[in-house]
This record gives sequence, structure tokens and C-alpha cells, in this order.
Amino acid sequence: MLGFIVRRVLLVIPTFIAIAFLTFVAIRLVPGDPIEVRTGERGISPERLAQFRHELGLDQPVWKQFLDYLWQLAHGNFGTSTSTHAPVLTEFLTLFPATLELAICAMLFATILGIPAGVIAATRRGSFVDYTLMGAALTGFSMPIFWWGLLLVLFFSVNLGWTPVSGRIDLLYYFEPVTGFMLIDSWLSGEEGAFSSAVSHLILPTIVLGTIPLATIARMTRSAMLEILGEDYVRTARAKGLSPFRVVGLHALRNALIPVVTVIGLQVGALMAGAVLTEYIFSWPGIGSWLIESINRRDYPVLQGGILLVSGIVILINILVDLLYGVLNPRIRHAR
Amino acid sequence: MPLLEINDLTVDFKTGSGQFRAVDGVSLSVDRGEILAIVGESGSGKSVAMLAVMGLLPWTATVSAKTLSFDGRDLLTLTPRERRKLVGKDMAMIFQEPMSSLNPCFTVGYQIGESLKVHLGLSKSERRKRSIELLEAVGIPDPERRLSAFPHQLSGGMSQRVMIAIALACRPKLIIADEPTTALDVTIQAQILELLVSLQRETDTGLVLITHDMGVVAETAERVSVHYAGQKIEEQPVGPLFADPHHPYTAALLAALPERATGKRLPSIPGVVPGQFDRPPACLFEPRCRFATDRCRTKVPPRQGAIAGFALCHYPLTHGRPIGHPHPEGREVAA
Repeated sequence: MLGFIVRRVLLVIPTFIAIAFLTFVAIRLVPGDPIEVRTGERGISPERLAQFRHELGLDQPVWKQFLDYLWQLAHGNFGTSTSTHAPVLTEFLTLFPATLELAICAMLFATILGIPAGVIAATRRGSFVDYTLMGAALTGFSMPIFWWGLLLVLFFSVNLGWTPVSGRIDLLYYFEPVTGFMLIDSWLSGEEGAFSSAVSHLILPTIVLGTIPLATIARMTRSAMLEILGEDYVRTARAKGLSPFRVVGLHALRNALIPVVTVIGLQVGALMAGAVLTEYIFSWPGIGSWLIESINRRDYPVLQGGILLVSGIVILINILVDLLYGVLNPRIRHAR
Repeated sequence: MPLLEINDLTVDFKTGSGQFRAVDGVSLSVDRGEILAIVGESGSGKSVAMLAVMGLLPWTATVSAKTLSFDGRDLLTLTPRERRKLVGKDMAMIFQEPMSSLNPCFTVGYQIGESLKVHLGLSKSERRKRSIELLEAVGIPDPERRLSAFPHQLSGGMSQRVMIAIALACRPKLIIADEPTTALDVTIQAQILELLVSLQRETDTGLVLITHDMGVVAETAERVSVHYAGQKIEEQPVGPLFADPHHPYTAALLAALPERATGKRLPSIPGVVPGQFDRPPACLFEPRCRFATDRCRTKVPPRQGAIAGFALCHYPLTHGRPIGHPHPEGREVAA
């Protein structure tokens, strides 16, 4: 087991180098650099330009810049933002809890609704319920996040006024962050109404970000369940005189969860991409907005470091999913 | 009163191309402590009939019967909940594929203990004690350690022993074994059969043994019911059946046993069991029968009396000769 974890972690190193290379190249392919963006169209004297370039190391050949960057990374240094001059890692750690909170809520939303929906659709295969659920899932899956988010905001926030339009909490409330998770911090602050304000700010972003994973999980659960329900051991379970709930919810679902968990793990990557858009729509102060800002400012260190850190998290979650997979599937557990 | 009584059981399946009758008017009875073998080729409806008794058929199946009673209770009028109290407790089933019949995600101990918990409400320590007892009874060495084993760590024979232990868990009155040895190695087959029969003797349960292996029948059964294309075509005690089969199909089956072959070539039955679209109008075995006449093609055969093994035939055989047949020597059917 330990050997398995070590092997998985070692495999991360080449992945990291590849990601660092890709972001490094991609951001430099975008026209403009940090200084041009900062100075705008007014222009700048060639001497000042050269000086700024030198300060940021942009006067070096690109290959040398990349090697320098890798050298820094190897020492755990993610660089400093060219616009705020704060270390990238510090900024990331400040903003990440907001994204994590949103992502966890979205994933819970998708899993708690998606698995039962898939199970119900599978047990009532070909019925009206099945077609309705799977039709809804297909629609949800095909919905562009940007459009879906705006639609919800327009309806629930603007027309009905049920939910706030943006942000994490009402401006009325202020307290020092303890954990960085607004739900927990607002609860701890003890201020009246702070917690419910935080919850109401979370609802729409959670739905928007959770829709695609919800649809994917529901469809995956359904097809996995359909296959498992035809297995011999499900018949054995029924031959024991167990209730349909126990047969489906325990004997069949336990097996169907194995592929579903893999899908949930793969969704985490898509979730990060979705978080960028969702945060932008709802002015959610997380790493999504931060990364988009960094592109606009051509803030090379922030974009490179940010993406590297996000990928690190996606990779970490996938390792955790692999471990969970072993817990769920005894055949894998013993093979390791 | 017999333990299991089936009278005129019919099972229809809804398929994409219309109704398909898998079991056609089957009547059977099993007593306590008795071994009844149900014999027939694949597709003869023998498994489906027993799955209907257990209530394990999919929703596409329609079950109807004049009588379907178990231990004095009418299975047809029980609610699903009442029926689940019988299934797995008083009547248990062992399946053909032991390797895929155990749930890969749960330990052996859990799967045995589950029936004990659901039906008998035993505590955790009582379940453990009884499970060890059961594993010992089915001849699994080191039962305490085996309780925490997962199915993929067991061989086919071991898995089938575990399946038997699960079936025996609540001391059932009736065990239905659906080809319990078909998927196993020949060397293991005899062991499993012996085990089943000895456990059945000890506990005085009724045993229905579904098989297509005449060797298994000869070794274990007391009474034999021969099925063909969803119908019961003959029923006799095992000795007389082997000595003097009354239905031409039974006779042909027995003649096809390698042990009984006399010539150089092993006799076989030409053709295949009729399916959904080529069902003969009268006698279902007629297209493959060497004694078939026009009467067999047009008139549904009568059920003979006990003396002719309840054969479903116009011309039941006596010592190989069809009674009342226009040409008792028969004709050769081209293979």
C-alpha cells in the first residue's frame, strides 16, 4: 500500500514539469507582456522598458527563463506576482479556501442528488421517471456554464430576488477569517444572520458548478446499476429474501459505486475549469477569478504558479480517489 | 401433504417479438426429506419453473398456476413482503455459477451472516458462531479465517460450498439446487453432490436438483421429472426410469449416455429444442421423435397414468416398444 502511494507520488514529478512547460509556453504565446499591459498604449521610454524587462528576467532567452523557473520551483519558490508583488503561494493559499468551499459544496450537491437519481432511473428502466431523469441529465450536461449561470441569476436573483447576485457574504458582516471557509467562519463569528447570508450566497454558484458533475454522475450511476442489476449475485441477494431496498441499495449499489467513484474523481478536473467560469459570473473571490485576472494582466508568475498548484490539487484528489477505489473494491485492495 | 406442490404452472415471458411460454402446465410435488431431480436440455424451462417458485423471475414474466403451495401456504396469494419471509429462510436456492453468485464486495462471513440477521435476528456473536458452524458443515477448512475472505480469494468449489452454507443458514425445509455442479471441475463435482446429499439427509430437507447430467441423476435422485420445451414429459422413481423409460425423449436421452452406448457411434437426438417461432402445434417432441406419426403432428398428446410414468405421449414406450403404434419398430429420423 505504501509502495503504491510512493509510486503514484513519484509519477507526479514528470506531470508537473509538463504542466509547467505548457503554461509557460501558452502564456507567452498571448500577445503582450506584463510591462506592455501595465504601461498601456501611452508607451514608455526604451530605457525604462529595458529596466523593467531586466527586473522581471524577461530580457533573458526563453529557454533560460524556463530553466530558471524550474530551478525556483525545485526550491519550492512559486515566484512573486508582477502586479501585487506578493508571493504567488501566499495569494493562492488566501484565495483557495473560497474555491475549495464552492467545489466541495458543488460536488456534494452533485453526488447526493446524482447517485439516487441514477439508481431510481436504473430500477425503473424505460419508464416515464427514467426518461425524465435522463432527459434532464442530458440537458444539464449540455448547458454552457456561463449561460446557465446567467439564466439562474436573472431568474432567482433579479426577478424573484431570492438569492444574492454575487459575493460570498453580505457587506454588512465583517469578521476575521479563521479557516477561510465562509460557512465555518460565519458560524464561528456568532453574528446573527451571518451564516444564513453565507449559505444564500453559496446556493446559486453551487448549482451552476454542480450541474455538469450531477448530470455525469446520474448517467454513470444509471448505466453501472443497469449492468450490476443483471449480475448473478444480485439474484443471490434476492434469493436470500432481502428487501428490494437492501438488494439495490447495498448489494448492487456497492458494486456500481466502483466506476462511479472513478467518474467523480475525473470530474474534479472539470470542476476546476468550471470554477473559473462560475467564480467569474458570481464575483466569487477564489482562484478562478484570480487566474482570469492574471491572464488579463499577463502576470506570468501568478498564472504559471496558480495553474501548477491547481493541477497539483487535481492530481492529489485523483490519488485519493484511487485509494478510495481500493477501499470499495476488495479485488484491487488485495492486488496491491 | 407434500412440502412443495405445483399444479399446472405456466410462465410466460414478454419479449420484443411477443409472448414466449417458457414453462407450460408443469405439475410437481416434493416431500420433506426427498430428492427430486428435474432433468432436461437447456431451454426446457426447468430453471425458470423453480425461479418462479422462489419468486425470482424478472418483471417481464407472468406466472400462473392452479396450485403453488409451500409448506401449506399458498404462494400465489402471499404479498411480496410475506413471501420474502419464506424465501432464503424456509426455501433456499443454490445457483449454477458459484464464482459470480457471491457478491465480490462483501466478505464470506457477511454474506452468510446476512440471512441469519434478516430472518432470525441473531446478534453479531451468534451470527459468527453459526457461520463458523456452517462453514465446518460444508467442509471448509479453517472456517474462522475464511469468514473474512472475499469471494475472489476462493476457488469455484469453495465458492459453491459457501453458497451451500448460505442456503443452509436458516435451516430451510426445501433447497433448490440449479445445476450446482455444472460449472465445477469434474473432480469437485462428486464432492459437492455428496456434500449436498449428506446434508440433505442429516437435516431432512426436501431437495430439488435441476440438472442435465443423467449421471448426477442416477447417483443422487429418488424421483426424476423429465422436462422438454417447458413441459413435464415423464416422471418416475429413478430406478424404473433408467430401467424402462416411457417417453421416447427420455429413452433417447438415456441412449445418448456414453456408458450405455453399444455401437461404435454415440447415439444422439437429432435437431434442437423448439423455440419461440418453431413450436410444433401438437406434440412438442414430434419433430425429433423416431416414432412420430400424423396423430402426433395434429393431436395434443394425453397425459398417461402412473404406470406409464405420466408420459405426455400418444404411444408411451414399454421396454422400448411404443404401445398402440402402427409401426412399433419405428423409423429412423435423419440426423
